[in-house]
Amino acid sequence: MSNKKPESVSTNALTARLLLFAAGMFVFGVFVLPPVYDVFCEVTGLGGKTKGQAAENVVAVADESRELSLEFVTTVNQYAPWEFRPAVEKMTIHPGGLYEAMFVAQNLTDQFRVAQAVPSVAPAQAASYFKKLDCFCFSAQEFLPGEVKEMPVRFIVDSDLPDFIDTITLSYTFFDTGGTTDDAAMPENMDHGADSAHGTR
Amino acid sequence: MSTAVLDGHAADDSSEHDHGPAKGWRRWLYATNHKDIGSMYLIFSLLMFFFGGSMALVIRTELFTPGLQFIDPAFFNQMTTMHALIMVFGAVMPAFVGLANWMIPLMIGAPDMALPRMNNWSFWILPVAFTILASTLFMPGGAPASGWTMYPPLVLQTGDAFPFLIFSVHLMGISSIMGAINVIVTIINMRAPDMSLLKMPMFVWTWLITAYLLLAVMPVLAGGVTMLLTDQFFGTSFFLAAGGGDPVMFQHIFWFFGHPEVYIMILPAFGVVSEIIPTFSRKPLFGHDSMVYAASSIAFLSFIVWAHHMFTTGMPLTGQMFFMFSTLLIAVPTGVKVFNWMATMWKGSMTFETPMLFSLGFLFLFTIGGFSGLMLAIVPADIQYHDSYFVVAHFHYVLVPGSIFGLMAAVYYWIPKWTGYFYNERLGQIHFWLSTIFVNVTFFPMHFLGLAGMPRRIPDYSTQFADFNSIASIGAIGFGFSQLLFVYIVFQCVRKKGAVATQEVWDNPQGLEWTVPSPAPYHTFDTPPKVTAETAFS
Repeated sequence: MSNKKPESVSTNALTARLLLFAAGMFVFGVFVLPPVYDVFCEVTGLGGKTKGQAAENVVAVADESRELSLEFVTTVNQYAPWEFRPAVEKMTIHPGGLYEAMFVAQNLTDQFRVAQAVPSVAPAQAASYFKKLDCFCFSAQEFLPGEVKEMPVRFIVDSDLPDFIDTITLSYTFFDTGGTTDDAAMPENMDHGADSAHGTR
Repeated sequence: MSTAVLDGHAADDSSEHDHGPAKGWRRWLYATNHKDIGSMYLIFSLLMFFFGGSMALVIRTELFTPGLQFIDPAFFNQMTTMHALIMVFGAVMPAFVGLANWMIPLMIGAPDMALPRMNNWSFWILPVAFTILASTLFMPGGAPASGWTMYPPLVLQTGDAFPFLIFSVHLMGISSIMGAINVIVTIINMRAPDMSLLKMPMFVWTWLITAYLLLAVMPVLAGGVTMLLTDQFFGTSFFLAAGGGDPVMFQHIFWFFGHPEVYIMILPAFGVVSEIIPTFSRKPLFGHDSMVYAASSIAFLSFIVWAHHMFTTGMPLTGQMFFMFSTLLIAVPTGVKVFNWMATMWKGSMTFETPMLFSLGFLFLFTIGGFSGLMLAIVPADIQYHDSYFVVAHFHYVLVPGSIFGLMAAVYYWIPKWTGYFYNERLGQIHFWLSTIFVNVTFFPMHFLGLAGMPRRIPDYSTQFADFNSIASIGAIGFGFSQLLFVYIVFQCVRKKGAVATQEVWDNPQGLEWTVPSPAPYHTFDTPPKVTAETAFS
């Protein structure tokens, strides 16, 4: 199939080549695919992920002629000891306008705890138009025992939002990241080692 | 008759000093002979076939009537997961590697596989891997229960079995990669002098392509499960949303492996029936070269269709369209193969011995599985069929009367060459008819169940599904016990009961394997054979 002059390659050389190819595919699977996937999702906005940092150079000019319905959904991951809900469940907005929505969370334990909220936008096509100026999801949130916190997200929905979208759902999932802020550091790759092994459970 | 043949062979190789196999357990543990290793692979896969099959019977017994009767849902999930892992990695894949070991050197005129010691390793890793996997059944938290696809975050909830699952998958992958390298090197470097690539038999060709597929995707699976392991134990977040990862990425990685994997399990079966149908039609294979190109096209396409397993994860329209059309495109080369087999039989003087019956069963029933695959490829239909029993029916039609029938056909076709004795033709035909009837009784009703909305991987169901489930369970029990007949037939040959096979075995079959005596001597082709129009495609 691939070797036009097979007799010119010795068995050992061919074996070594094939082993190298297999090793290369492993490296491709672990070290190439995940970053490419992340970049692909970021560029295309697929997966409904919004940017993990504040949007820059956004000017709030509300397009009064268009109305959007914005819905909030909250989830607590794996029955973790949290109460987490939006202050209002639905609001009507104009594209281009600057808005603020509040989310309320309570630590239901008598210990110091840290949580990380992970956002998702549906439909996915709206994700790249959903610009956050400030969000509690940008960093891990620390809670004293039993503490209740109101947490804001300030955002602008870009007025270039495609016409077929008239409803956007913003979802946050609350992940318990353990008892200390160290654990809340978001491990991005294997370099972080074993010391935070239980951080993401 | 066979003595004459043996004498002739001895005269040919008078210069050779043949030590024969070592005695006792050393022959097997230290085996480097391709025939010994091939036999071990085949016996191991037969054991795993019954081990995984008994789990299928546990599943079907529970599903015989609605409600929970015998096992709890957690154990049910362990059964579906283990059944799939064992059948895919323990039964079908090693069985084809066993056939490759036995037949590729005989078909290309090589004295042995190119890397005999690695061959020994790649076999002996398997019993270790499956002992580890089977031991998880007795661990706290039970065996893996997330489905063989091991999707996170569910798979991360596996109990103590989790690292053992990952480690056993690693071992299976290492074994497959070594086996694949061995096949490629053997085919590239060890062919008889005049055996050019396009003169090679189809079974060798399909295995060469399969080996490249294995080499390309098994490391990706290994990478995927390694990331699961580091997510669970070393604080990474490849697939954990809390740390910025994405569980859907695992599905992409898994199916980048998983879709070529289904062709890994079917291409060698294509090769087998491409050997058998010409023999029993008494005509050369129609369109040998087009078969080669069709198999290569299927292999190429298998890399760009993976996301058709994931239509319901949320995908933009262009993505859905791309994966739908690339998937439908696979029907073209597959159709070339099916029509070539039919053209091979056209006006042939056909007889219907057991290998031919299994090949014809393969042709009909695999094509049914192919058609339901086309239905599943269509996005709007798939969104309805996804994770329903229709999917179960589809992949069992391509795997049981596809891959497994291909394997059965191969065993009946070549066992006279392996043992020197014919199987019992009457029992073989009874085995075929029992298998064919019961396989349809088992899996055909599953199409209706799926279309009616019964989800897969569920231990209980609504009473409206009761009748078809009972029928499927009866079929499964019938199919399972029919396979005991297969074991009996095979071991009758091994025990040298039955008609003595000639060197040619069948009526003027094509291929170098029929130029060595039956049973094939321990060492064959110490001097490369002459390749003629009789023994190779031209």
